[in-house]
Amino acid sequence: MTALTGSPVTDAGSPPVGRRPAPRGNRWFARVGWRHLVAVLAVLFSLFPIAFVLSAALNPLGTLSSTELVPTEGVSFGNVSELFARTEFARWFVNSLLIAGLASLASIALSALAAYAFSRMRFRGRRVGLLSLLLIQMFPQFLAIVAIFLIFTTVTDLWPAIGFNTPWGLFLLYMGGALGVNTWLMKGFFDTLPRELDESATMDGATHAQIFFRIMLPLVAPILAVTGLLAFIGTINEFLMANVFLTDTDSKTLAVGMYGLLQGDERNNNFGIFAVATLLTAIPTVLVFQFLQRYIVSGLTAGAVKG
Amino acid sequence: MSTSPSGPGPAPQAPGREPVGSRPEKRRAARDHATTTMTGLAAKVVLLGLVAGIAIWAAFPLVEAEKWVGLALLAATTAGLFYLYLTRRHVPAKYLVPGTLFLVAFQVFPVLYTASTAFTNFGDGHRGSKQDAIVAIQTASVKQVPGSAEYALTVATKGDPATGPLVFLVTDPATGTVSVGDADGLRRLGPDEVTVAPGGKVTAADGFTVLNFGQASARSQEITELVVPTAGGALRSSGLSRAYEGTAVRAYDAGCDCIRDSETGRTWAADESTGSFVAADGERLAQGWKVGVGLRNFTRVLTDENISGPFLGTLIWNFAFAIGSTGGTFILGTLVALALHSPRMRGTNLYRVLLILPYAMPSFAMLLIWRDMFNTDFGLINNLFGLSVNWFGQEWSARAAVLLVQLWLGYPYMFLVATGALQAIPRELTEASSVDGASPWQSFRSVTMPLLLIALSPLLISSFAYNFNNFNAIYLTTEGGPFPADNPTNGATDLLITYTYRLAFGGQGAEFGFAAAISLFIFTIVAVVSAVSFRRTRKQEEVYA
Repeated sequence: MTALTGSPVTDAGSPPVGRRPAPRGNRWFARVGWRHLVAVLAVLFSLFPIAFVLSAALNPLGTLSSTELVPTEGVSFGNVSELFARTEFARWFVNSLLIAGLASLASIALSALAAYAFSRMRFRGRRVGLLSLLLIQMFPQFLAIVAIFLIFTTVTDLWPAIGFNTPWGLFLLYMGGALGVNTWLMKGFFDTLPRELDESATMDGATHAQIFFRIMLPLVAPILAVTGLLAFIGTINEFLMANVFLTDTDSKTLAVGMYGLLQGDERNNNFGIFAVATLLTAIPTVLVFQFLQRYIVSGLTAGAVKG
Repeated sequence: MSTSPSGPGPAPQAPGREPVGSRPEKRRAARDHATTTMTGLAAKVVLLGLVAGIAIWAAFPLVEAEKWVGLALLAATTAGLFYLYLTRRHVPAKYLVPGTLFLVAFQVFPVLYTASTAFTNFGDGHRGSKQDAIVAIQTASVKQVPGSAEYALTVATKGDPATGPLVFLVTDPATGTVSVGDADGLRRLGPDEVTVAPGGKVTAADGFTVLNFGQASARSQEITELVVPTAGGALRSSGLSRAYEGTAVRAYDAGCDCIRDSETGRTWAADESTGSFVAADGERLAQGWKVGVGLRNFTRVLTDENISGPFLGTLIWNFAFAIGSTGGTFILGTLVALALHSPRMRGTNLYRVLLILPYAMPSFAMLLIWRDMFNTDFGLINNLFGLSVNWFGQEWSARAAVLLVQLWLGYPYMFLVATGALQAIPRELTEASSVDGASPWQSFRSVTMPLLLIALSPLLISSFAYNFNNFNAIYLTTEGGPFPADNPTNGATDLLITYTYRLAFGGQGAEFGFAAAISLFIFTIVAVVSAVSFRRTRKQEEVYA
């Protein structure tokens, strides 16, 4: 109720009469203009490396040393055909999509199941379970790569179908990290759904499985979309494990295969085709992003707010 | 992480809040029998059938290899799964077990295994048991002596001629029998499995690809290094078509628990505390074995001056990098989000799409692109500004460069998240403060910012934890460099994790044990920092609720 005693004239909607003529442009700048300035600067910052990639992709010479921010020596699509002719890019692309698609779907499923249990049920070891999920995440998993290597050497001997150089082995390995942060994010979202929903469903005779699949899952779609997207991006970009795991040219993922393009003597010459590969790799992510866009902001926020 | 007595753990749970617990379950059990849906039943049958199928498929190779422990484990897991999903009890476990199985097999187990190696000297030269080391020493010392048996040699492989693991196909000149040998030993092949040319050279063998002369000479180094242990010594190649069975010059003597060289008479005594054979003058044989070394790997970080000095610097830079990456992206992301968060603002959707483009680009590729943009001779940055700075060649420019790259990669995410959080802050709050006479800056500082921080602090903490171990950000750009002239293992932009990676897999001999010790350090640091900050955010009660 103290609002009225303040100095109401200076700030609010109706401007003071005396100071009108001079700072009209300034006022526009103070209210809206600076916002555009910041946004434009940020967009420039965001876009200039991408413009560079685009220019490199269209550069007819295809070398790093001849690439400028704006293509000056003409435009050609020679790098595209060269990429497909000289490398197994199409194969890598399919491998990556397969692994990332499967791994993100499966990891959503696994963590949604776990998050439901953590959010809606009370059982012994619940608190310990949640904390250990958090703790395990903090161990740099790839340092366990020696152990993983030893494990999968045995696995390759016994079951070659899920051993080294197979997408299934890598998929299994990625599933090891499916719980963890995702579960926390989803549990936070589950917690925001009112308990009355499932209580009334229980009264109506629904089983726990029916509550989960019919009631909860549709309601948590935004967070499923977000964790799915994060898992997809994470898997597409995963380099280290895949690099140890996949050594056959045919079985490589995009990250491993493309890393090889910029190694050694060919680094300068391959820059053009590498740029094409980068742009093509972005396509699936952009598509998934567009597809899930309406969920993204609300999902990220809810996850953020609830931890 | 002690259990606080007032915490909302499982014990003090009010009965009314129990949603789908076990007690109502039992009461409903009878009625549930009737209402179990057809789809549910079908799904159960299909999934359990799949489990059974996979188990049977996995069992055959285990039986064949006589891995009984593995088979027992497999059977127990399968039986456990069947029990769990056929009983009506243990409802939470039904939801937790699928993810937990993978977690235990591919994360917990490898991590525990790695942690346990921190207390050993596991690494190059210390991989196997003492017996393995003795065999390795003996086979390495094999020499051709007068009277050594000679064999006709054919080099073959089971895989690709250029990369597959090599084997020797040797023909005994006396009997004409053919044997196949690799580092594990010699095995006789039946006469119907091989085709032998006159002179004893094998031209074809079932299951093997014989290398032609060109292929073999391309891999002559590997062929020279391949030693096939035999009963009397070992087989080695002499050229590409002859092999000899030499005798070991060095042998283990159980009496003195030492290795004795029969030519020179020198002895190397076994030292159980370091896992190696040491001569009286301190000379150490390269092949040792794995032993427990207690806390020596940990104390080495603190006491070895070559390690502790750079280690502290790396630790400080690691913190600076994680805080700088998180803070920088947060500040820029929030600033842009604030700029776009206004009803007067037009074109926000277009801005948003353009701003988050970096987020959609594959980060591993963009890191490599950034690395080349910082190239001294023809990188974009130097070209644009007409500079000729060797960005990755100097400590501070390299550090600034990786932070800039991190900013570019990370801020779109923070922008997205901050946008969402800003939209969740009720407009009434800022309106009320401006009615009260607060300037926009004041209302931002005392209303918007605190609310934003509360909403985003869990994310900031996890971003910190992620960046603390951001391997790709360094490995794909500077690779840890620039390195000081006197220390090629620890560069100016090295994070603990890239430093550890170099220790474990670097060129100068793998030190897995020491690397594991450092990863335990990293783990402790990140866990403590995260735990403390989670506590301070006061969001914990809500998180556990």
